[in-house]
Amino acid sequence: MLHINCPFCGLRAQKEFAYGGDATVKRPELNKEVSKEEWDNFVYMRKSPRGKHIELWHHISGCRQWFKVQRDTATHEIFKTAKMSEEIT
Amino acid sequence: MKQSHRLNNVGLINRDKVITFNFNGKSYQGYEGDTLASALLANGVHLVGRSFKYHRPRGFIGAGVDEPNAKLQVTINGHSEPNINATEIELVEGLSATSQNCWPSVEFDIGAINNFLKRFFPAGFYYKTFMWPKSFWYKVYEPFIRKAAGLGVASLEKDKERYEHKFEYCDLLVTGSGPSGLASAYAAAKNGAKVILAEDKPRYGGTLLTDDVSIDNMSGKDWSEKIISELKTMPNVILKNRSQVFGYYDHNMMVMFERVGDHLSNKSKYTPRQRLWYIRAKETILSTGSIERPIVFGNNDTPGVVLSSAAKEYMKVYGVLVGRKPIIFTNNDSAYETAFEFKKNNVEPIILDTREEHDSEVVQEAKNKGIQIKFSYGVIVANGYKKVKSAKIGKLTKDKKSFESTETINCDCICVSGFWTPTVHLASQSGNKLKFDEKIDAFIPDKSKQNEKTIGAANGSFTLQETIESGFKTGSELSSKITDKNNENKIPTVTETKYSVHDKFWCMPLPKNENPKRFVDFQNDVAVSDIEIALREGYRSIEHVKRYTTLGMATDQGRTSNLNGLQMVSNIENKIVPEVGHTTFRPPFTPITIGTIVGREVGMEFMPTRKTPMHEWHEKNNAVFVDAGAWKRPRYYKQGNETLLEASKREAKNVRENVGICDVTTLGKIDIKGPDAAEFLNRVYTNAWLKLPVGKARYGVMLREDGMIMDDGTTTRISENHYHMTTTTAQAANVLSHLEYYLQIVWPELNVNVVSTTEQWAGAAIAGPKSRDMLSKLFPDLDVSNEALPFMGYIESNLFGVPARIFRISFSGELAYEVNVESNYGLFMWEKMMEIGQEFNNQPYGTEALSTLRIEMGHVAGPELDGRTIPQDVSLDGLVSKKKDFIGKNSLGKEAFVLENRQKIVGLVPTDRKSSIPEGSHLVENEKAKLPNPKLGHVSSSCWSVENNNPFSLAIVNDGKNMIGKKLFAVSPLKNTSIEVEIISSHYVDPEGKRVRS
Ligand SMILES: [Zn+2]
Repeated sequence: MLHINCPFCGLRAQKEFAYGGDATVKRPELNKEVSKEEWDNFVYMRKSPRGKHIELWHHISGCRQWFKVQRDTATHEIFKTAKMSEEIT
Repeated sequence: MKQSHRLNNVGLINRDKVITFNFNGKSYQGYEGDTLASALLANGVHLVGRSFKYHRPRGFIGAGVDEPNAKLQVTINGHSEPNINATEIELVEGLSATSQNCWPSVEFDIGAINNFLKRFFPAGFYYKTFMWPKSFWYKVYEPFIRKAAGLGVASLEKDKERYEHKFEYCDLLVTGSGPSGLASAYAAAKNGAKVILAEDKPRYGGTLLTDDVSIDNMSGKDWSEKIISELKTMPNVILKNRSQVFGYYDHNMMVMFERVGDHLSNKSKYTPRQRLWYIRAKETILSTGSIERPIVFGNNDTPGVVLSSAAKEYMKVYGVLVGRKPIIFTNNDSAYETAFEFKKNNVEPIILDTREEHDSEVVQEAKNKGIQIKFSYGVIVANGYKKVKSAKIGKLTKDKKSFESTETINCDCICVSGFWTPTVHLASQSGNKLKFDEKIDAFIPDKSKQNEKTIGAANGSFTLQETIESGFKTGSELSSKITDKNNENKIPTVTETKYSVHDKFWCMPLPKNENPKRFVDFQNDVAVSDIEIALREGYRSIEHVKRYTTLGMATDQGRTSNLNGLQMVSNIENKIVPEVGHTTFRPPFTPITIGTIVGREVGMEFMPTRKTPMHEWHEKNNAVFVDAGAWKRPRYYKQGNETLLEASKREAKNVRENVGICDVTTLGKIDIKGPDAAEFLNRVYTNAWLKLPVGKARYGVMLREDGMIMDDGTTTRISENHYHMTTTTAQAANVLSHLEYYLQIVWPELNVNVVSTTEQWAGAAIAGPKSRDMLSKLFPDLDVSNEALPFMGYIESNLFGVPARIFRISFSGELAYEVNVESNYGLFMWEKMMEIGQEFNNQPYGTEALSTLRIEMGHVAGPELDGRTIPQDVSLDGLVSKKKDFIGKNSLGKEAFVLENRQKIVGLVPTDRKSSIPEGSHLVENEKAKLPNPKLGHVSSSCWSVENNNPFSLAIVNDGKNMIGKKLFAVSPLKNTSIEVEIISSHYVDPEGKRVRS
């Protein structure tokens, strides 16, 4: 079970969180013309990298905040966690 | 009753307490402190089971977790459990055990015929033989394999025992209380660290209990007792015996299995049987020690062949002799200690040492004690079927590939030692890539992957001096990193025997013209010949060899067999062991019970039960409940001998004719506040929200980004910047997460807050033509006329002094209202409604009637909004705005979504107007067509229409728009029904929606 450092609550057990997928995906802006390809990429296409991955987690049994986690998908090592307003580089 | 093999005055058992137990129908006695294994051996019982494949007689090989054979069916307090390791279970009064894998008895087992047919049972036998014909699988092969291969029998009774879970955090977890574990736990505790010391066995001390050493002029046992008693006084230390750390998981989380009540004969009702600990440690010390491995020789599985360390443990800890005429067969010095222990107890051992004649401390001592040693000797074959009677031994040639001479000597046990294998399972599970240590022919941990450090024998250091020193050093270093304290420890003085080099020898050659089985893996019945076959047939990867031969699998996980198996492969392949590699070590290290994994989460505690404030009333009034997620909802209120259908018809009919009330507390409710709330709703829902006035409700549909409907419900504008959203009961949690996702991630610039208020409000729907009359009596001072409170209107008022929210919304299609009060007043509201409703013939209705009402109206719900429908599929395209953008809008333009013949919701009636159509039925054109019969759609919801008094269903059908008027068949292979149906509009009752506006 992972140990995740919620930027608002601190280190908590994985069972308090829900996984939310790739955090680098940006939703196309509202009311703007979007090509079919761009939209399909947004809705369906995800990379499944082996190694470092910036992803979303939701502290559903805690502060209910979504935040970013940089995790190694192979080893589960967590390098950084950050609020949505912060960048992970 | 005499215990034939019990020594006087030796061992750590409590001779004052005799325990009677039963094995295979016979009564025996042992002492408190015995394991089932030691008690059986004390009575001279070696034969405990039959082997997996060949049904060969098997006895005890080890004295603890190393035991591969002695898996018994054990019954304590009427609870029976299979595959219990006799060497690990403590003896308690009334324990009863039976052998497994034998029929009719362990003494006479018919399956043993397999042993004489063994040339037909080589490696891969199952794969080769049971391949064809396919039709034989269910009737012939599977029953045969099940009967032949099964271990114990799982009980069909409910497990009455109590199991618990516990979560713990610590600075340092030490796994194993041998010398290195004790030293490191002590040093860390002295530094003020929060320490958990876990010991698998009932007694702390590990090898200190059996090794002939002295520490600070104390015996190993006395020193360990001194350290333990000091640790017990320290508040920062948790000491746990009977507790095995069996798994090492991510982020330094360990799982530990504690046997709390198994050894107690009179435990309280609240004492759990076992407890599972989830331990998150900052640092972990793996001091799990090592396990002796056997040397492989002919018929080495005969009862009476034991590991030399186990023979010593049985003597020193339990005061039990495994035999009175022992052969000590070894390739190293450590087994000499076993010989000395036998000698001390007036038993004359003979030592067969595979090494050439040499001089060392132990050899000198053996000679001084007058013990006979045969150098360059080994056991070739053990003779005897159910017990060793003699052994054919041989003098090895210089190259150790054949014999100079052979002879047969009498013996009643063979204590074998093929050197030591560090227990590296936990390190490996943590992600540590192991490395091969040539010095000890075994794998030891390499670079630490997580915060784990392996010390002592588990790390391949086999001298006490080294072990104790590294224990103190590591414990002190790791803890001072955390506590910043640096207590000076005086490293104790150690006296121990100096061992000479062991012989890299693990398998005896076969004598000419003889071909006895030489077992590598006892539990899985894998012999040398099986490994040879696997390699001959082209299996190279050690993982493949493992699966083909079953070497190192099952509960044993190769604890005694892994290395010998690897050596075998490397020999045949002419590779060095590290090139062959090792198989994966998987948790749990030893079997744990399902009960412990489940813990308290059984029965009613499996998940929380959510009850509405009116639950008590429902119970008192014969409600039959149905689960809706974690909620309990009344399905119907039973009167007399009514069936579900009869009751739901009565309740639904009463709504259509008079008035009914329904508990709708379970609907998801989300409070939405903020200046941008209208804009947010406008993006979330498919329809327009910017112009909804205060005091009005609106029905809305929200999509996922892929265009599928996520949920529907009404949202009401309470005040300028305040909305009350309702969701379906099932989707409440998902919708909240969905809203939070968009507010926090996609549009953080929107100034809106959302919070769940599902449990803050109790809700009741009042539905039916008389609902307005009833409402006006509930709120006598309020104008509830159609003008003052129109369809989709909202008013705040008070219900006899209780603040209430009144929504004019309808799920039933009738004139209807929903009243919400604070949860605490829910029951008050409900009782008032029942009281006042009497004059209008009000009746409560449950979810079954609720469904009936909405289905015949053609209102969609969960079965239609199943995540595979877009708005026009369910005739909600009128709610999709063409003007504004919203979540999922872009997807609705997809080709497949705009096809003319796209699936669509329709209504179905059976042509006979009688047969109920099972939900989930498939719609086909020709009921007798050859399979696969093309499926045109499926039945999503079914009811008995109370308005038309015949069955009615909703269905999603291909090209639904153009199917109206056609006839199809609703086929349910599950219910074995085929019903001719006519396709009609999904709005079966009041298609113009007049009633809700009346
Ligand atoms: Zn949090």
